[in-house]
Amino acid sequence: MKKLYSNKFHILIFLLPALILFCGVLIAPIGASAYFSLFDWKGIGPKTFIGLSNYKELFTSNSIGFLKALRNSLLLAALSVGLQLPLALALALALGKKIKGERAFLSVYFMPVLISTVVIGQLWLKIYNPDYGILNVFLRAVGLENWTRIWLGTKKTALGAVLVPTLWQYVGYHMLLLYAGVKSVPIELREAAMLDGATDGQVNRYIVLPYIKPIVRISVIFAVTGSLKSFDLIYVLTNGGPLHSTEVPSTLMISMLFLRNRYGMGSTIAVLLILLCFGFALLINVMFKESEE
Amino acid sequence: MRNNSKGERIAIYIGLIFWMLVNLFPVYWMFTFSLKDNPEIFGKNVIGLPQHWLWSNYTRAMHTGNMGRYFLNSAIVATATIIITLIVALMATFALTRLIWKRRKTLNKFFMLGLTIPIHASIVPVYVTLSRLHLLNTYWALIIPYSAFSLAMAILVCTGFMNEIPRELDESACIDGCSTWGIFLRVIVPLMKPAVATVGIYTFLQCWNELMFANIFISKSALRTLPVGVQALSGQYTTDWGPIGAALVLATFPTLFLYIFLSKKIQDSFVAGAVKG
Repeated sequence: MKKLYSNKFHILIFLLPALILFCGVLIAPIGASAYFSLFDWKGIGPKTFIGLSNYKELFTSNSIGFLKALRNSLLLAALSVGLQLPLALALALALGKKIKGERAFLSVYFMPVLISTVVIGQLWLKIYNPDYGILNVFLRAVGLENWTRIWLGTKKTALGAVLVPTLWQYVGYHMLLLYAGVKSVPIELREAAMLDGATDGQVNRYIVLPYIKPIVRISVIFAVTGSLKSFDLIYVLTNGGPLHSTEVPSTLMISMLFLRNRYGMGSTIAVLLILLCFGFALLINVMFKESEE
Repeated sequence: MRNNSKGERIAIYIGLIFWMLVNLFPVYWMFTFSLKDNPEIFGKNVIGLPQHWLWSNYTRAMHTGNMGRYFLNSAIVATATIIITLIVALMATFALTRLIWKRRKTLNKFFMLGLTIPIHASIVPVYVTLSRLHLLNTYWALIIPYSAFSLAMAILVCTGFMNEIPRELDESACIDGCSTWGIFLRVIVPLMKPAVATVGIYTFLQCWNELMFANIFISKSALRTLPVGVQALSGQYTTDWGPIGAALVLATFPTLFLYIFLSKKIQDSFVAGAVKG
């Protein structure tokens, strides 16, 4: 048996497909992206080595507007941590109290996560439609005629209008993670606290929250990195417009690549996105560790 | 719980039901407007049930909107991705949990990196490589990247299940004269059905809804998958919402159908992927 399972050739054969797929599509491209980001390259023809000029241009050029796109995605991240997560936590805590219809609530809340973002985006396009969308129809019906807007078409309202469905769609995801945490709190802990006369709020504050801290950390990481990477909904709703007011790094990257054929610059944005995601994940981990001490 | 006052309980229920309606309304609205004509959608009957059930919206989405084709493309891509992911992941997991060699823990950790690497990382190099290999505008342009990005999650799930299969089974199969391949194919794989189901569902959901790769690697309209197809269709029917609604329902139906029957399993797979990643 041991001999059979130690056969080097077999080990290699079993691992090879996974290694090829994984390294070929995930690992090697990270290096390749970093390499491409040092060049001025149209995708075909010769590459010109320009060092870190792409990075410099990205942070200084107003016409590209990378900093603005980054600001938008950081705003999304802040709202995600500040609004979406507390709402998800409240729902998870409420559902964790052995409420009637717990499963039904849970399943409905998680549903938007499974629906294609394109479908969600198309639905919200219809909700925001200036002439026939239910938002404006509703405002007119209740006599708030002058509150109606061209929600996605005006610079002032577009960013807000894009952020609402983005935040809404993933509340259920965070709720599910946090709910799994809440459910894993041992009943004895809760009961002991209750016998000592703790109120519901106190149980949540002093028993449940410390216990589910590792999951809260994961949720925060996902909320922040997910916001940095966000693409689908914004692409469907505005594709960065009007006048770049809803641009995020991902939409910028796609337009660099496939509208302007600037592959070097597109790779630069990709590299920065990866670095930012890993950087923020590390930072959040450190913050959570420190708060423990 | 016991020491909740009645008022508090009612408040909690109102909150929960309100949020439930916020989540159900868009889906309800989508189903109803997919069966209405423009005058109803645009004013006569915005949120009620359809007065005349206009099934012709669906035939129009299928025929002139090409939804049937997009649906088929998505199904082909999803099926192939699931099969490849499963074969590759089962083999790798076998080597990572059963076969005996140094550094297998390290390699497992290496694969788990895949849970956190964003698809942005690979978009340019993969696009360039696919175009050099003349694979753009083929199903492979999606199947290969989707399989690669599903792999980490698949190995994670399979490892959990495979560790639970008692090693005595391998031993006795070995004594009966099975080769490594024999043990893998006849003993291990048949016992991995629950893992296969979980991985299959999770992978299906990921590739059914994926937009960024699908949008970039496929430009030929005959090969578009549903998310891109729905986008194209809505550009085509800007003033006629009924068929768009029908297309949205058609694209959503399979996932919701799966979800109704497998909600617990689907939820568990999302939790497992997040917590271990």
